[in-house]
Amino acid sequence: MENKIERKGQVIFSGYKYGEGIKKALKLSPQDILFELRESKLRGRGGAGFPTSTKWMLTAATLDPEKYLICNADEGEPGTFKDRVLLTEYFNLVFDGMVIGGYTIKAKYGILYLRGEYKYMVPDIEAHLEKMRKDNLLGKSILGKEDFNFDIEIRLGTGAYICGEETALIESLEGSRGEARNRPPFPVNRGYMGKPSSVNNVETFANIPFIVMKGGKWYSKLGTEKSTGTKLFSVSGDCEKPDVYELPWGTKVSELLELVGAKNTKAVQVGGASGQCIPKSQFDRMLAYEDLSTGGSIKIFNESRNMLHILKNFMEFFVEESCGQCVPCRVGNVKLLEGTEMLLKGEFTFEYINKLKELGRTMKIASKCGLGQSSPNPFLSILENFKDEVFNQGMEE
Amino acid sequence: MLISEKQALTERVGMLVQKYGNSRSALIPILQDIQYNFKYVSDFEQQEVARLLDIHPVEVYSVVSFYSFLSPNIRGKYIVRLCQTISCELSGKEKVAKAIERELGIKFGETTKDKKFTLEYTNCMGMCDQSPAMMINEKVYANLTPEKAVQILKEVK
Ligand SMILES: Cc1cc2nc3c(=O)[nH]c(=O)nc-3n(C[C@H](O)[C@H](O)[C@H](O)COP(=O)(O)O)c2cc1C
Ligand code: FES
Repeated sequence: MENKIERKGQVIFSGYKYGEGIKKALKLSPQDILFELRESKLRGRGGAGFPTSTKWMLTAATLDPEKYLICNADEGEPGTFKDRVLLTEYFNLVFDGMVIGGYTIKAKYGILYLRGEYKYMVPDIEAHLEKMRKDNLLGKSILGKEDFNFDIEIRLGTGAYICGEETALIESLEGSRGEARNRPPFPVNRGYMGKPSSVNNVETFANIPFIVMKGGKWYSKLGTEKSTGTKLFSVSGDCEKPDVYELPWGTKVSELLELVGAKNTKAVQVGGASGQCIPKSQFDRMLAYEDLSTGGSIKIFNESRNMLHILKNFMEFFVEESCGQCVPCRVGNVKLLEGTEMLLKGEFTFEYINKLKELGRTMKIASKCGLGQSSPNPFLSILENFKDEVFNQGMEE
Repeated sequence: MLISEKQALTERVGMLVQKYGNSRSALIPILQDIQYNFKYVSDFEQQEVARLLDIHPVEVYSVVSFYSFLSPNIRGKYIVRLCQTISCELSGKEKVAKAIERELGIKFGETTKDKKFTLEYTNCMGMCDQSPAMMINEKVYANLTPEKAVQILKEVK
């Protein structure tokens, strides 16, 4: 396998000198950094889009001397591979970002929660962390700053999509089944080992050094009013150039399709299996928190694809990955899969399908965590946006 | 199991507990280590881990059974995991799957008689831009074709 090189972008792929961000950050106070971060309006890149400055401010404000900064590299959303690229080719950014984070929230411990599938990256990452320790960018009294000690440990995931959800991730770090917790309390107050913890996505960290160096104002001018900066999009499916692209928020779906060489496109799944599927008539919508919000997964389907096959694949994924803790998600996903199979065979009644849609909407409200709250999205959006195709299938044969 | 074998297992688990510590948060790293070296976590090892971490064996089993990369049953030396999620599905996973089944003479979910290969499906492994993809133990192989997959298996054999 290979990662392709020569990517270009306005922030993350703009080039960076190792250690630069940390040097600048340590000349500032944690309050200054929080200020710049608030100015930048950076929102979490893991999918939920929570303002990073708020999360860090809350963690920084707790008085507990033991705090944790956790980098979420579980990257399990189907179609997402940007964190893989960051952690193999741009890890300077990610770990410099983590050190700056540790300084800002006054944490001593950083944890990289790396999905088990990425275990092959460990030797290179360990070597890099060792280099940082040698260069005094990690460890005790970083860059001579006496009371700033921070180190990073790698913990591996064990093959469970749900462990990307931050409270399930913490459960698994603590040695339990990856089952999401009730919130509150939020991890910023009671996270890993009951201590204040900030969980942030890999890409979120990769933005930090640039915000510190160039300022929050500069960053906030990129993208749109509500979605500032750039986003890494993991593009795969029916196109000539599947890869990771850095584009400003606000880019239209049609612009992206043009860029990646997609032809005869019928549908685009935005946001992975738990995202939504949009038809051609909506390709002028923009990728932004205020319109099509996404953790970056873009899957392209051309005219030759059967939307129900795609939906079935998504539903099988959720049936397998539901942790089984709460009923709406455990049972609901099975029912939606059964419904999809009925549609494929053409053996359904509209009354039953309408009931399933209602079930989907109920799951979105009643499920305990984000998995069950978002898993009905492809079912609902494909049935809505591809009505003609979906309801005529079994009939034609 | 022979008593001497049991003692050897106990000793090994004891060493792992020394390495990772005896707190609850050491549980998964310990199990991952056993899984990595022996491809499964036997009942006896689960009991030993429970005893040394001072938790109920059911707790250990509940963890082993939850995570797809931990297994309570014996597996092959090489665990082949083919991605079954959408990008791989659309780019020819089915043909690759058939070729692998033919080559190894087993179906997905099964282990070869000589305990050399176990065949499993897995979900998106973050290689969608180079699909279809599979892992053999920790190693990732991408841009698969039926021929390429068979070639890779031959090299492993
Ligand atoms: C089912 C599920 C899976 C998730 N998987 C991931 C993931 O793989 N990586 C990630 O960063 N966030 C994932 N999240 C979101 C996290 O819960 C959390 O919001 C995020 O790590 C916070 O980081 P951010 O603020 O930088 O986005 C997932 C959420 C859910 C509900
Ligand atoms: S769908 Fe197979 S690697 Fe992502």
